[in-house]
Amino acid sequence: MNPLLHIENLSVHAGGKALVSDISFAVAPGERLGLIGESGSGKSLTALATIGLLADGLKVSGSVLLNGRQVVGARDRDLVPLRGATAAVVFQEPLTALDPLMKIGRQVGQAVRRRAKRDGRPTDATSVMSEVLDLLDQVALPQPQRIAESWPHEISGGQRQRAAIAMALACKPKLLIADEPTTALDVTTQAEILRLLGQLVRERNMALLFISHDLPVVAGTVDRVIVLRHGRVVEQGPVSTVFREPSHDYTRSLVAAARAFDNALENAP
Amino acid sequence: MTDTNLVAASPEGRTRRSWTFTIGAIIVGLHLVIGLSTLFWTPYDPTGMSGGRLEMPSLSHLAGTDRLGRDLFTLIMIGSRIALVVGTGAVIIGGLIGITIGLLAAFASRTLDDILAASLDILIAFPTLLLAMLIVASSDGASLGTAIVAIGIANSAIVARLTRILAKRVLRMDYITAARISGTSWLGVVAIHILPNIWPTLLVNLALQFGLAVIAEASLSYLGLGAPPPNASWGRLLQEAQGTVYTAPFGAIAPGIALVLLVIGINLLADGLRDIGDPTRRRRR
Ligand SMILES: Nc1ncnc2c1ncn2[C@@H]1O[C@H](COP(=O)(O)OP(=O)(O)OP(=O)(O)O)[C@@H](O)[C@H]1O
Ligand SMILES: [Mg+2]
Repeated sequence: MNPLLHIENLSVHAGGKALVSDISFAVAPGERLGLIGESGSGKSLTALATIGLLADGLKVSGSVLLNGRQVVGARDRDLVPLRGATAAVVFQEPLTALDPLMKIGRQVGQAVRRRAKRDGRPTDATSVMSEVLDLLDQVALPQPQRIAESWPHEISGGQRQRAAIAMALACKPKLLIADEPTTALDVTTQAEILRLLGQLVRERNMALLFISHDLPVVAGTVDRVIVLRHGRVVEQGPVSTVFREPSHDYTRSLVAAARAFDNALENAP
Repeated sequence: MTDTNLVAASPEGRTRRSWTFTIGAIIVGLHLVIGLSTLFWTPYDPTGMSGGRLEMPSLSHLAGTDRLGRDLFTLIMIGSRIALVVGTGAVIIGGLIGITIGLLAAFASRTLDDILAASLDILIAFPTLLLAMLIVASSDGASLGTAIVAIGIANSAIVARLTRILAKRVLRMDYITAARISGTSWLGVVAIHILPNIWPTLLVNLALQFGLAVIAEASLSYLGLGAPPPNASWGRLLQEAQGTVYTAPFGAIAPGIALVLLVIGINLLADGLRDIGDPTRRRRR
């Protein structure tokens, strides 16, 4: 099967400085891939390069094939139909992921309407709204009706992140890119969101590119991981292998840190 | 239920807000009514003598008379209309030009943005009045129209710079990227996300521009570059009262009060409107 996302020798430079160098990996349809690395290792840049939405000052080279179409160097106009339908993103920071001046329902509705238009389905207010409520229900938001009527500042961080997930789902992507979707949340909410993402990806047979700096979080969510450091891939392979026999020092230190944390939790009274 | 909770939580903030908006609306509304009414009716003929020269305020002449014996209150009422026309005209011209250039700069490539930003900074370094004077001087003759256009253009640079900064800040937000991912065009992003988000701050600045425009026009008139009577602005009245400011100070004080009131009113109104437009400050209906 052709990969959904095929990245080859991707590099991102800013003013002569390499931020991402020579990354290659592929994501098959339905596959769940984790991208881990410390803060500033280039995870978010890689995610944005995937959909051709890097900031203006950044220079990209290499090849990014998204659903068989070249993203690097493509005109923005040609990428518009590719985005969303192929890949959608859930962001790190739930606070800035939603427009503060738009009620949740309308906001999710924007994405629903765009997708419906593309599919040639009706885009009248009633059918859009019923799909919005359905999506809010699928991301396990209580009282979808009330949430749809709320402003972003009126709901909790976890609920905002669920709304952002609903917005991404509204695009009906084949690949869901989750850029540290749980970093800003407390541990309980984090576990709930992870479970929700896992369930949604399975139900819809979406591929998942899951980004995190937290090895245990990734391990429970994906099949295969790629470890990034300073913009380079230092290790990749199935989760169990990387976890059990890390070959690179950096990965080893990540695993050790995670173990130490786990032990501390177990030994805690 | 929610309503009562919020009232209990911030009773102070709420009364202050409605107070701002109400006072502003009353002042501006009064100017509007008085200004528009002069199109149909004035207490006295603005061009003819209606009393003695330099009379003190009285019941028949609420603001006294000028040195030609014209009723000052009538002239001030007409000045209201002129001020509103000038303010509105200049804000529309300055706003349209400024917002367009500001948005272009926000979306432009690095080089074009730098060039635009630098030119704006240079323009802003010029005093508005000097710029307006240059534009008026280079046009055919002093009329209200040229004054409005000149002030509008002079003020557009400030609006453009503010728009550029505000738009850039919104553009960095994840929800813009999310909107782009769901297939929204740049034009759609501007209409749906950027304008609504920068509008509250912009509105307050435009109100400031309104006040500045009224003052700038008064200054132009004061310098003899405004429209001639009978459709004269407050600045013209101030200029004419200048020679008699010690013997009949009210001729200068009255138009001054009218001008200050309008500027304050517009700013209060804009402040109130901003609060109403902001869902985080607005109470739930
Ligand atoms: N627009 C930009 N211009 C210049 N440098 C940038 C830009 N965006 C990001 N960078 C730099 O690129 C590097 C990688 O950034 P990136 O956002 O991909 O990190 P990350 O791995 O997602 O980190 P985090 O876990 O903190 O989100 C950082 O050093 C950052 O400073
Ligand atoms: Mg990041």
